[in-house]
Amino acid sequence: MAFDFPHILSMSNLSREAMEFIFETTDRFREIAGRPIKKVPALRGKTVINLFFENSTRTRTSFEIAGKRLSADVINISKSASSASKGESLVDTAKNLEAMSPDILVVRHGSAGAPLLLSKMLKARIINAGDGAHEHPTQALLDLLTIRDHKKNIAGLHVAIVGDIAHSRVARSNMIALRTFGAKVTVVGPKSLIPQEIKSFGVGVSYDLAKCIDQFDVIMMLRIQNERLGLTPFPSLREYSNFYGLNLNLLKCAKPDVVIMHPGPVNRGVEVAPEVADAPYSLILDQVKNGVAVRMALLYLLGGGENL
Amino acid sequence: MNHYLIKNVRIFDPENHLDQVGDLRISDGVIAEIGQNLNANSKETQIDGQDKILFPGFVDLHTHLREPGFEYKESIATGTQAAAAGGFTTICCMANTEPVNDNAAITRYILEKAQAAAAIEVWPIGAITQGLAGEKLAEIGEMKSAGCVGISDDGMTVMNSELMRMGMDYAKGFEIPVITHSIDANLSRNGSMHEGQVSCELGLKGVPAEAEDIIVARDIYLSQLTGCHLHVAHVSTAGSVELIRQAKQKGLVVTGEAAPHHFTLTDEACREYATHAKMCPPLRSEEHRQAVIAGLSDGTLDVIATDHAPHATIDKEIEFDKAAFGITGLETAFALSYALVLEKKLSLADLLKKLTVNPLKVLAKKYMGIQKSAPANLALVDLNKQWKYQVSESFSKSRNSPFDGWDLQGQVLMTWYQGKRVFDRE
Repeated sequence: MAFDFPHILSMSNLSREAMEFIFETTDRFREIAGRPIKKVPALRGKTVINLFFENSTRTRTSFEIAGKRLSADVINISKSASSASKGESLVDTAKNLEAMSPDILVVRHGSAGAPLLLSKMLKARIINAGDGAHEHPTQALLDLLTIRDHKKNIAGLHVAIVGDIAHSRVARSNMIALRTFGAKVTVVGPKSLIPQEIKSFGVGVSYDLAKCIDQFDVIMMLRIQNERLGLTPFPSLREYSNFYGLNLNLLKCAKPDVVIMHPGPVNRGVEVAPEVADAPYSLILDQVKNGVAVRMALLYLLGGGENL
Repeated sequence: MNHYLIKNVRIFDPENHLDQVGDLRISDGVIAEIGQNLNANSKETQIDGQDKILFPGFVDLHTHLREPGFEYKESIATGTQAAAAGGFTTICCMANTEPVNDNAAITRYILEKAQAAAAIEVWPIGAITQGLAGEKLAEIGEMKSAGCVGISDDGMTVMNSELMRMGMDYAKGFEIPVITHSIDANLSRNGSMHEGQVSCELGLKGVPAEAEDIIVARDIYLSQLTGCHLHVAHVSTAGSVELIRQAKQKGLVVTGEAAPHHFTLTDEACREYATHAKMCPPLRSEEHRQAVIAGLSDGTLDVIATDHAPHATIDKEIEFDKAAFGITGLETAFALSYALVLEKKLSLADLLKKLTVNPLKVLAKKYMGIQKSAPANLALVDLNKQWKYQVSESFSKSRNSPFDGWDLQGQVLMTWYQGKRVFDRE
């Protein structure tokens, strides 16, 4: 198939075929990470700007490594280093960057819709690296790839997404992508962190993790984002952890072949007990590893790279 | 040359028992004659009113003129010119200027500027609390003496119920209506659109309908307690329509208003993070839209007002959650409202009432309308005219309308204010 998406903004634009195509492309890049010289010339002469208005270690590094392994010139701009801290508007910042002719802008922003806004104002290709509580498409792609690696077929699996659904862009992108692939999805968390309308994503809802944990093939734990919460919608981290944290005791009731995922960074002891995070059924580091390969594939596809 | 003879026009003012095709003469600022087969004299401009309708000029209870303080968004001159293009001959400007219209000096400043620059009548609305801060009453009595016709902290809600009660008691003593912007500040914190399926999908923090209902309910109780006239501005929820309906049944002095965008659009318009669909109160879901229409139909909502809220591109062409609330509305208000007549939700007479008689009633002002010797405040309209609204041609300084490029029916052709033709589409 021809990959003719100008931007990667939302999982809702990507058909199952498009995602399969991205995974096939990813497979061709995975092997590079094992080479002694981890570099191919596919995007030589292309410029990728990582424009990060919110803090990020994992995603920014992952995009940077992906770009560099493809021989693109990668520039990182963070909020404190950009003119946004001097009061420049988002569109002005981006237009100024575009005047320097980058090929791809990877954008993380605290406002939902910011990458879409840029895609309408600029000629560069935009990859959404997380926008507010809206979406984080590359995270969903790497999550699905990780599930596929371990479970073969995504269709028919029952996946739980546990935690702060209301404020999670990871949850939104994953709900869309998993439903597109025909997985069954249940979101689990305290009712104050699950919007009533979440059912429009075609997912089930549970407020009792212990009661439903035996149903899931995959459990995705979300990070409690203290920095995003105003009034805390639950009484304490301790109580949250007691009801919605994943520990060895609770996992005894889970399916024997269950796998655990987390987009990171993990609040150890809050949403995931340390022994669970480090257990063999934990795919947390596989996710990180796949993140680089998926982002290589996307940069390659959007950058119109030469043949490998 | 302020002498006009409008010929063969449908003269429509049910309040004055007028619905007839005839001629109307404007001279020396007033309606000089209404009759049949009037002959033009040499100094008169004759206007062919064939297949057109002549209304009394409309009254907007809810406009933001932005002057003083935000002249980059709008001025008294440009805002009133946009109003004239919408058929309005009187508009009430809200107090959230910079400085806030919370004392008589600012009221007088606005009236002086209007005297010099406005195309039409401008009636200021003063603040309830100083600086709209919700902490201390503004000098309501002096503002009324200086010319304020109502008081409102529009854009903000007075969250302290004791202070609101004092304000309503005090306003009652001065016989000035209290106009409220009803949104619970805590329940709506950081919200940028209606809380519902669309906000959930877009990942935007929502404002639940109940944030409005709670404050409307409180203020109705305070109206009962104080006897003060409560006018609820820009009603957007089914809950508040029902609360106002019940208040009226109880015989309380409560009136309500709807803005054209709330009965025309829903929160679906916010998709793609369209900041021209961001307003406060927010566009709500279809059931709320229908409830607002039902409220207009059965008379629960007395007034249609624009909530004309101009904003420059620097306030609007930005991230949705950071964008300013509000849209322009003066030029599209009539056609969007006339759609309710075409859909048989309102009679033409009821529509006109909500744009003329009723807003004046809210302010306890006398209605003149179309009658001999009344000030010639008139709007000539082609009800059958199909047209496309082009925001690029707006008289407003701002361009923040979600109706740009919309096909509309019913167009204001000319507007007279005190006998002067202040708008002519030709």
